[in-house]
Amino acid sequence: MASRPRTRERAREIAGDDVRARAGAEEAAPGLAERTEVMTVNIGPHHPATHGVLRLVVDLEGEVVKDLRPIIGYVHTGIEKSCEDKSYWKVIPFVERMDYLSYFFQMEAFCGAVERMIELEIPPRAKYLRTIFLELNRIHSHLVWLGTTALDLGAISMLWYCFRERDRILDLFEMAAGQRMHTRYFQVGGVIEDIPLGFEAKLREFIADMPVRVGQYQDLLDRNEVFLSRTKGTGIVSRERLLELGVTGPLLRAAGEPWDLRKAFDYLAYPEMDFKIPVGTVGDNYDRYRVRVAEMVESTRIVEQALDGLPEGPFIADDRKYVLPPRSELSTSMESLIHHFKLVTEGYRVGPSELYYAIESPRGELGCFVLADGSAKPARVHFRDPSFVNLQAFRDMSVDSYVADMICSLGMLDPILGGVDR
Amino acid sequence: MPDAPGLELIRGEIEQDHPGAVLDTGFEHGCASLAIDPAHVLAVLGWLRDAPGQGYRFLSSLHAADYLPATPRFAVHYELLNRDRVERIRVKALLEDPSSAGGVASGGPRTEAQPPPAGPPEAATGPAAGALPEIDSCVSIFPTAEFQEREAYDFFGIVFNGHPDLTRILLPEDYVGWPQRRDFPVGGEPVTFTYNEHNYG
Repeated sequence: MASRPRTRERAREIAGDDVRARAGAEEAAPGLAERTEVMTVNIGPHHPATHGVLRLVVDLEGEVVKDLRPIIGYVHTGIEKSCEDKSYWKVIPFVERMDYLSYFFQMEAFCGAVERMIELEIPPRAKYLRTIFLELNRIHSHLVWLGTTALDLGAISMLWYCFRERDRILDLFEMAAGQRMHTRYFQVGGVIEDIPLGFEAKLREFIADMPVRVGQYQDLLDRNEVFLSRTKGTGIVSRERLLELGVTGPLLRAAGEPWDLRKAFDYLAYPEMDFKIPVGTVGDNYDRYRVRVAEMVESTRIVEQALDGLPEGPFIADDRKYVLPPRSELSTSMESLIHHFKLVTEGYRVGPSELYYAIESPRGELGCFVLADGSAKPARVHFRDPSFVNLQAFRDMSVDSYVADMICSLGMLDPILGGVDR
Repeated sequence: MPDAPGLELIRGEIEQDHPGAVLDTGFEHGCASLAIDPAHVLAVLGWLRDAPGQGYRFLSSLHAADYLPATPRFAVHYELLNRDRVERIRVKALLEDPSSAGGVASGGPRTEAQPPPAGPPEAATGPAAGALPEIDSCVSIFPTAEFQEREAYDFFGIVFNGHPDLTRILLPEDYVGWPQRRDFPVGGEPVTFTYNEHNYG
């Protein structure tokens, strides 16, 4: 009994009036004084561990998370609304900027949806090139995830190793598209340019190196005592609950569900590729790490196969109603000039229809819903962003765990707030 | 995807239990869609989820769309997925705009002349002009819809009855208007920081 006033006084000093009010309630319920107060803590929106502008309101009892509410919208830029004011081909650079780590996926979701609406078949070479760039983008996205998440867990050197390989991927993007990020490389109908000379040699070099590098990452982390004790057995959510919450991608596969849209649906060159879907067993943070690392190796295999089987031929469709004519024709063909003028000024029209097209992004099912009203601008472009939906599982991952595990779970959840807020 | 005859079979079976629930079926670009009466939304979604032989247990995406100037004006789209058969089906709940009778533009973009009223927007607007379309929330059968229904409410002003916490999700809590409606102009947002505007023209 003698210790009670002292505890209350200390609590008062630390937390002020709020605790004082609650301390009054303790008199009514004796015994509670021995327990820790529930304290509401705000984390973010600007905090390195939130991987973006995410705010978390966390109820803590001691160091244990009792409840949690993610608050989002800090980087909402109204991209979906802005898209309604742009002709179809001008939407592409907009949607790329949603999830800034998987820009090729956003381009593919939008271009693929429009191609299906206008029933434009893309040439085989374009399919293969798109597959190559999507998988390189997946490796790139996973590398950023691995570097930053390992950094959260104290493995600082991982960041430099991961960003070293990421830079090589960005070099490849720059070589092919002229930009390192937000490349606007995919067009409705194919890709904007063929890969340049020397690209293949550089890509093969990368393909040869990448599995070795992944092995090195695993050597650094797989037997690291700190990393293991912080990831193993933390953040577990059952497979059934994940499915209820609509979680897809590596998070779901880590819980043992082999669901991957690249295998399930028929798009691009994936049906012709031989690759495995890595799955976990327990569904803890360690499994999530293992699944993503294994996916990097599988993606490397896909890139290699696509490069080996890269068909010759055009890299963009030949339908002049939708696709810009080649530059060389503009000075010789009046018809090409007219098509070029029409496409650049007004853009092409898409008949009234609506379509939902989903692909497997590094974070799960990335869906693009396009509503066309017959004009040259889409009436609605909506992205089902996997980060946005997956974030709903964060509460289940973190409640009744330590704050430190919550930070680990958030890193393993891999939300990209640009995609969440759009 | 269920093919066109398969879709008609689904429609027939739903009609047996819930007459009038299915308004129309659509089949375009290889995608099947059911247009339904919003009063039966939970019954239809529940049937597609649980009825033997259906098993659309995964809600991929929930989003709203504004079909202005068509009537009914709004639709809530449910992209359902059967992961065993790898089939998608879209359920479209068509919603009338309750405020359209008076011919008032309901998007209500905020202008300089109209300062934002205090308090939550739905309480501040009048019953006729600001009336919002309503539909039952499907969070009870698809927990994944929670964020997505909040998003549809945030941008289109569609009220989901029975949602545990229907508040704005991406826009600020005190925002007035439903910006993704088609009658809400792009650029209708006033600039907040204008104190030194005169220095820069």
